[in-house]
Amino acid sequence: MAEPFLIGENMIGGYGSANILHGCTIAVEKGQIAVIVGPNGAGKSTAMKAVFGMLKLRGGHVRLDGEEITSLSPQDRVAKGMAFVPQTNNIFASMTVEENLEMGAFLRRDDIRPTRDMIYDLFPILREKRRQPAGELSGGQRQQVAVGRALMTQPKVLMLDEPTAGVSPIVMDELFDRIIEVARTGISILMVEQNARQALMIADRGYVLVQGANRFTGTGDELMADPEVRRTFLGG
Amino acid sequence: MRNVVLFALMAALFVLTGVTQSWNTSLSILNMAVISAIMAMGVNLQWGYAGLFNIGVMGFVALGGLGVVLTASAPNAEAWNAGGWRIVGGLVLGLAALALLIQAWRRLTGRVRTLAMLLIAAIGFVAFRAVFDGGVAAVEAINPSVTGNIGGLGLPVLLAWPVGGLLAAAAAWAIGRTALGLRSDYLAIATLGIAEIVLSVMRNEDWLARGVKNVIGLPRPVPYEVNLQRDPGFVAWAQGYGFDPVTASSIVVKLCYLGLFGMVLAAIVLLSELALNSPWGRMMRAIRDNEVAAGAMGKNVTRRHLQIFVIGSAVIGIAGAMMTTLDSQLTPGTYQPLRFTFLVWVMVIVGGSGNNWGAVLGGFLIWWLWVMVEPIGAGILGAITANLPEGSWLRVHLQDGVAHMRLLTMGVILLLVLRFSPRGLIPERRGR
Amino acid sequence: MDILNALVAFANFVFIPAVAYGAQLALGALGVTLIYGILRFSNFAHGDTMAFGTTLTILITALMQGAGISFGPLPTALLALPFAIVLTGIVLVGTDRAVYRFYRKQRAAPVILTMVSLGVMFIMNGVVRFIIGVEDVTFADGERFVIGAREFRDATGLAEGLAIRTTQVITLVVAAIAVALLFWFLNRTRTGKSMRAFSDNEDLALLSGINPERVVQVTWLIVAALATTAGVLYGLDKSFKAFTYFQLLLPIFASAVVGGLGNPLGAIAGGFVIAFSEVGVTYAWKKVATYVLPESLAPDGLAQLLSTDYKFAVSFAILILVLLFMPTGLFKGKSV
Repeated sequence: MAEPFLIGENMIGGYGSANILHGCTIAVEKGQIAVIVGPNGAGKSTAMKAVFGMLKLRGGHVRLDGEEITSLSPQDRVAKGMAFVPQTNNIFASMTVEENLEMGAFLRRDDIRPTRDMIYDLFPILREKRRQPAGELSGGQRQQVAVGRALMTQPKVLMLDEPTAGVSPIVMDELFDRIIEVARTGISILMVEQNARQALMIADRGYVLVQGANRFTGTGDELMADPEVRRTFLGG
Repeated sequence: MRNVVLFALMAALFVLTGVTQSWNTSLSILNMAVISAIMAMGVNLQWGYAGLFNIGVMGFVALGGLGVVLTASAPNAEAWNAGGWRIVGGLVLGLAALALLIQAWRRLTGRVRTLAMLLIAAIGFVAFRAVFDGGVAAVEAINPSVTGNIGGLGLPVLLAWPVGGLLAAAAAWAIGRTALGLRSDYLAIATLGIAEIVLSVMRNEDWLARGVKNVIGLPRPVPYEVNLQRDPGFVAWAQGYGFDPVTASSIVVKLCYLGLFGMVLAAIVLLSELALNSPWGRMMRAIRDNEVAAGAMGKNVTRRHLQIFVIGSAVIGIAGAMMTTLDSQLTPGTYQPLRFTFLVWVMVIVGGSGNNWGAVLGGFLIWWLWVMVEPIGAGILGAITANLPEGSWLRVHLQDGVAHMRLLTMGVILLLVLRFSPRGLIPERRGR
Repeated sequence: MDILNALVAFANFVFIPAVAYGAQLALGALGVTLIYGILRFSNFAHGDTMAFGTTLTILITALMQGAGISFGPLPTALLALPFAIVLTGIVLVGTDRAVYRFYRKQRAAPVILTMVSLGVMFIMNGVVRFIIGVEDVTFADGERFVIGAREFRDATGLAEGLAIRTTQVITLVVAAIAVALLFWFLNRTRTGKSMRAFSDNEDLALLSGINPERVVQVTWLIVAALATTAGVLYGLDKSFKAFTYFQLLLPIFASAVVGGLGNPLGAIAGGFVIAFSEVGVTYAWKKVATYVLPESLAPDGLAQLLSTDYKFAVSFAILILVLLFMPTGLFKGKSV
């Protein structure tokens, strides 16, 4: 099998002296959606942060499109085409929606208007509220701003840390629909999700992490069908 | 071991000053150094133990000085009869209005509250001024060139030291109640403000301590040089050792002060060390290192902070009272934040915050430097300018500038220590 | 009753001085608030930065006057100001490189940075005193008045005179230009927006590829411009004295906190709140009152709430009230 577009391989690391990740591997193919699920404290977010370089690895590698990027800073990875949406504090609350998007495109020197219009088409509510401070929007709308900001860099990989945390089920479904749309444009998506069932339904690939290591790996459907996964993680 | 060496080096510096300049100079630097060390310990209690950022040291020092005037200077019965009680009445009225305001704020709500508070404030202020101003005018009218103030209690001057501490503690309590519990910068700004206000009160309220007209000739806890020189026994004793009686008298007086100051310093070091290693001290450091965790464990962080803030300020107040006693005069015009607040901070940081011995060493070392930088700087600049033509603009300017070298030096020292040795000369002992 | 004369007296002794002072405080508070928003510490060296910038301006002004350059009816110092701003900017960026950057990289606690700023304050204070001494320096030249008190009385026939000093007008005009430029920069330019983004959410700004070092550098340059301008305007309006500038720290911080630390609009509002309170509380209202009130009610005393010596107490009292009752300030600043 050819090398995946983005892969974090046998990652070992953690905050302070204790390791949280014990050799876990996360990968995503071009234009596909990969989802990391697992119980609380399994190291899901940590694994994601490790892929993005926000955590120093003691072992393992991260490669993007075949290129070794293990030692790059998060900022350098942004320049390489990775974008990250943190779980909290993921917008510039005091700035307008439009300025949020502009800041997302800070590194770009070309005309950003087409990307912006594309994002407005993807999230029409943002066009409507573009002059409002992002901090005044509802939870779901803020998440859209956050994703929009990340997309402004024209990334090849979009990484989302629990994008549906704290939003209503209806909004969650809508957000997942949008994420699928984003993936269709050829952007790889790697996300961590609490809502495992719904997330696996849209996933091309799923990773179940337990205690910082891969427990189950497979396509979303495979994992959904696996009785063991269903019993332990999906509640039957 | 390292600490012993550091203190020995420090002692050597003072001996060197004694030998090369004069023992008189060395001792007067040493006396102020002891006082500075006590101030530094007060700041260290607040910053080193609890992480409280107090930059109003000057205000507490000045309050200590005020304590000396109020305790030890001669009573002025005439002033009290003329208007002293009226002033007290005015102040009581003012405080009552303030108390009423607080009650109104607590008890009432909505528009009634706003209205009531405005009314209380307006009436209270007018009443306060009506009573207070008359009293002030009456007191200040009495023999203004010599007194014109309410005088003191005429008590022994040593009693003034704890009184100075109490005054400082009271002010610290008031400011701590309002500003503690907010972010650390706010306490800094608030203390900076209270220091300026304490000083403007002391400069302008002539009835209290004569303002910028200064109170001079405060009683001393030690003999006067003149009296010693007149005492045949002392003269014979001094000459028996081959000393000049005049020099000897001034040295003896300084040694007496040194003995008194040394006792206070020893007592405060002892108490601080005991406190540091007590459960209370450990709790303080726990709070400093992780306020959230300590709060979660049920410690009342703000209350503890208030406690140590008041204690630290009291120590500073005691040092302020000692300083005024040493000078025998209170001169509100000479209090400068750079000298009394920030210099003490340099002492604490350089010495090693969190360590009492560090604060003491910092007090000695920085005070010595502060005094000696000027002659040293003058020497260096003298060498630099020696080749410049006599009376040239640059030469005159550089030589005038020597006076300002101190600030520059202190700033550089502070930055260098913060950068390269942030834990100071004698670092805090950890892990106990 | 003589409303007109009362108004003129009010304008002359309260309104105009307070507006000018408020504008100076606002510029100072803007500098403090920008540092707080971007570098996240209270910069106690700000008063001395103002003194430093003003010192440079005074030196350049002296050089210009020596070379026979003048600005007509306006003070020569205004011509010198841009040069002083550039020099101060270089010094501040250099200071940041040499001093603050180290702690930023360590992600040191704000209180450590504040303490470091004390060290910088010492040094700047020493340098200023070394260069220019501790005495009062007056460096305003050009026309003194736009309207003199006597001209005004002759022209209007009123008993009260109204004097508007050139420096007061200059203060307002220059401050307005500076503020307009600042807000244009913060709201319309890419770099300005990136500064706001950095202040709003540092981590996300980094994720967006905003270069923190550049943001910090630009901030220092702007602070240099604001501080120097504030210092020069204050010095033109009153006089320059190193220690006074240090003392300005209190009203400036009060302004910034009252408005909400980190909020530029708040800093401006705070500056005027503090200035008007200070002037209003320490002004002897007798003159105004005698025009408005019937003779029987006219005050005997000066009708002065507090002596001018206590002007710091005013800023302080307002500061404490705001800290107690609305810790984030009038305009929402950074949280407590």
